[in-house]
Amino acid sequence: MISTLFKFHGGVHPPEHKLESAATPIVEVPLPQRLVLPLRQHVGNVPKLQVAVGDHVLKGQLLAIADGMISASVHAPTSGTIVSIDEQLIPHASGLPDLCITLQADGEDRWVEHRALEYRDLPKAAVLEALRAGGVVGLGGATFPSHVKLREDAQHPVRTLILNGAECEPYITCDDRLMRERADQIVRGIEIMQYLLGAERCVVGIEDNKPEAAQAMRDACRLSSIPIEVATVPTLYPGGGAKQLIKVLTGLEVPSGKLPTEIGVQCFNVATAYTVHRFIHHGEPVISRVVTVTGKVARPGNFEVPLGMSIAELVQAAGGAAPESTGFVMGGPMMGFNLPSAEVPVVKATNCIIASAPDLFPPLPPAMPCIRCARCADACPVNLQPQELYWFAKSSNLEKARDYHLFDCIECGCCSYVCPSRIPLVQYYRYAKSEILAADKAKQAADLARERNEFRLARIEREKQERAAKHAQKAAGAKADVAGDEAKKAAIAAAMARAQAQKAEVVPQNTADLPPAVQEEIAGIDARREAVNEEKQEN
Amino acid sequence: MIAALLVMIVLALLLGLVLGYSALRFKVEGDPLVDKIDAILPQTQCGQCGYPGCKPYATAIASGEADINQCPPGGEPGMRALADLLGVEPKPLNAEHGEPKPKSTAVIDENLCIGCTLCIQACPVDAILGAAKHMHTVIASECTGCELCVAPCPVDCISMVPIPEKVSNWKWRYPVIELKQVA
Amino acid sequence: MSQSPYISGSTSVSVIMLKVLLALVPGIVAYVWVFGGGVLVSLTLASITALVSEGVMLKLRNRPVRPFLMDGSALVTAWLLALALPPLAPWWLVVVGTLFAIVIAKQLYGGLGYNPFNPAMVGYAVLLISFPVIMTQWPAPLALAHAQLGFADQLHYIFSRGLPVDVQVDAITSATPLDYLKTQLKLQHALADISQAPVFGVVGAKGGELVTGAYLLGGLYLLQQRIVTWHIPVAFLAMLALVAGASSLLDPVHYAGAGFHLFSGASMLCAFFIATDPISGPTTPKGKLLFAAGIGLLTWLIRTYGGYPDGVAFAVLFMNICVPLIDAYTQPRVFGHKL
Repeated sequence: MISTLFKFHGGVHPPEHKLESAATPIVEVPLPQRLVLPLRQHVGNVPKLQVAVGDHVLKGQLLAIADGMISASVHAPTSGTIVSIDEQLIPHASGLPDLCITLQADGEDRWVEHRALEYRDLPKAAVLEALRAGGVVGLGGATFPSHVKLREDAQHPVRTLILNGAECEPYITCDDRLMRERADQIVRGIEIMQYLLGAERCVVGIEDNKPEAAQAMRDACRLSSIPIEVATVPTLYPGGGAKQLIKVLTGLEVPSGKLPTEIGVQCFNVATAYTVHRFIHHGEPVISRVVTVTGKVARPGNFEVPLGMSIAELVQAAGGAAPESTGFVMGGPMMGFNLPSAEVPVVKATNCIIASAPDLFPPLPPAMPCIRCARCADACPVNLQPQELYWFAKSSNLEKARDYHLFDCIECGCCSYVCPSRIPLVQYYRYAKSEILAADKAKQAADLARERNEFRLARIEREKQERAAKHAQKAAGAKADVAGDEAKKAAIAAAMARAQAQKAEVVPQNTADLPPAVQEEIAGIDARREAVNEEKQEN
Repeated sequence: MIAALLVMIVLALLLGLVLGYSALRFKVEGDPLVDKIDAILPQTQCGQCGYPGCKPYATAIASGEADINQCPPGGEPGMRALADLLGVEPKPLNAEHGEPKPKSTAVIDENLCIGCTLCIQACPVDAILGAAKHMHTVIASECTGCELCVAPCPVDCISMVPIPEKVSNWKWRYPVIELKQVA
Repeated sequence: MSQSPYISGSTSVSVIMLKVLLALVPGIVAYVWVFGGGVLVSLTLASITALVSEGVMLKLRNRPVRPFLMDGSALVTAWLLALALPPLAPWWLVVVGTLFAIVIAKQLYGGLGYNPFNPAMVGYAVLLISFPVIMTQWPAPLALAHAQLGFADQLHYIFSRGLPVDVQVDAITSATPLDYLKTQLKLQHALADISQAPVFGVVGAKGGELVTGAYLLGGLYLLQQRIVTWHIPVAFLAMLALVAGASSLLDPVHYAGAGFHLFSGASMLCAFFIATDPISGPTTPKGKLLFAAGIGLLTWLIRTYGGYPDGVAFAVLFMNICVPLIDAYTQPRVFGHKL
């Protein structure tokens, strides 16, 4: 059925741990009392607030509107009252607080007026604008605003639309369950995406460790109005990375630093297709998502969670964390990060919560020196030389790290995983990357400052010269005859007279034909003003 | 004898030609040294180095008049970059010119500002907005944190506030690896 | 808690070194079979010297001692050196060689992971230059010797150079085939006549080829366990076979064939255990091929035209020097980049 599959370099096979959470259907969690909605839930600009503290909002109502092209809106996941807008801890690797809207639910869960969009009758631009307002972002983890990726680009037409159902990270099963249970709705979403992009070919890539999901998708695709292929790809981490999946399915490599559209491909997560369908066909913005809760919890599984619900409450829905659990990881064990607290909210990027414990994720033993065994290079899906990058990053030789293509690193963690010396390689790359980015920013700021400084110096110099010229002119002017002065005075007098005459002639237009009552009122106001002015002068 | 002489002459001519050609062919249109040094300096224009700005300091370094360790905002990395460029030994920052501080921006207390414009005149990058007898304000994104506006203010309404760490400017840290003494 | 990834694979440095040691066992068994138990004494001596000197050096350098002693890298160096030395080498030779390998070639360069040269080969080369007579004085395989030493006699010989009253040194030593070949060719003898000498076996040295075969077996185990990749053994052996085969094809009178070169001297030990040392070798796949092919070529050149009978140690050390250059020029194409 499917044409040939291709291979990418490297990859690893970590233990999957998917069975724990994949066995049971998606459960809808009970509505929480308090929801905390960070404004920054996506890549791009922070959206602009549309509500104030004290406002009552309905479910699905817009709370913050996308600001600029690369941005997404935030909506109320339920009806209730805005109780605060302030900085709170968010699920972010930094563990720093950010601006959040806190919503106190009223328990009624009453929807704002919403309706389906007849997307085929609308211009495509209008549909994209609607998706931008609908808060649709990539749910695979990158949370890039989807409407940007769904734009048709005459220069780079999209021939192949790839749907990413690979879900290669261990533990995570939310896409697996979504595909098993809501395959038809995902397919509806794919149809919309295909229409918007005008893609000739649609392929859903699913790793071969999810046969039920692949079967469900196959059945649903058969009923679709457009041809959609379902390809099972070999289970190999990080086969679900967009660039890796594109390579496996098409044999094409996304050029470094470019977008997939460069080679006529666009790639979306299956859950994103699902939200596109919910928004277009039902008018529901992105206010909930499926989250895997697994690890050291009583009942691992998948949950349909309103955005803004606290992780602690979500874990309670999964039967609570085991006593030996020491913390929570958001995302998978290969690329996820440690949550600063269980009180942070579920956001659009939250695909999985793992209650961790030392026996689940044992702390790394002290790192040994690199023995240059090149296992990392063999495992690197981007074919980098991690052992070289490690040297450069470790010695903060950042320019050299950049030369060795540090920015092609996808931070998948394969190198750290295989390292026999247990060197936290990825941590070094993250550090080096953010140092380089900060240095670039500082460089830009310095360039701007230099430009402004040079402009200022030039301006001061110019003003000095102008003053000097003026002085010279004045000195010359003093010698000129008095007659010239007389003529100038006469000219000024004439001009003033003309102005006086004009002022008398022109009556202000908006007070021209007013009824007597209004005229009287104006006169009254004028009199009052007069009086006040006089009073002021007296004081 | 003649043959040897001839060989040497021909060889000299040939090599001369090769050298001459490569001098033209591979000529490096390099930046003048001052610009290269200026590119490394942080452009704070603070004058802590003892020169009226980054460019004058760069000129002074290029002419051998100033040392490379007089720029606190550039800090250790800046000094290293300069040492690297000039091929000299790195040396610790000269404390006479001040200590490196966390990057800050100037903030004007708008309740106290009397609109004297002294700070506007002091700002090397025109990052303060305002007019005579009107309240002034700092354009935070343009402020280099040079502190030159602080001293002229007659009512001490300008303070330097370190830029706080936020989600938007947060950086991954250098990995801390416990070097546990196991034995 | 730290950053992701939170899980890691099971291979550690100790596991790698342990498997390398395990892979040497068949070779050691064959060695004992052919040359007697004396080599076990060398191995023990080298191991003790290596561990003690490594421990002392780590202490002096203020590094944690236990994890670095447990990693097994010192033992690998010690075993490789002991196996490369003549079987009945005097005890002090083993100790001096090991000390040089561990203290100078490894620890003084920064210890595990920082040595630019293969420590075992540095130790070997130093001994070869300093004590050329002892280093080339190999005992004959038991089957060939005019007199046979028991284990007790071997022990006595190793520690005091004392021999039983009725045995002369000449009776237990003989030139190695590589050595023999070189001297005989210099005397203008034809290869066909030379190879009739009793020291030659089926393809390589009599007895020695058995040991070499056992090394090959261990090497295959390393390949199967993915401790080493195929690049270095294949490139080394192929290059050696290529130049040896080609030269003997062109001039069969003066050049030994591919089979002889592959199964004589330290060829197999080098292919799987010495050249594959990751620390002093290149990391890129292309670089590994280049590096190993270079060792193969140099080994043949030194064996054929050089002053020493075997060329492995110098070939490896020379190519170690080239490693940074090789790595820099063999960077593979990164995903999404053009070549």
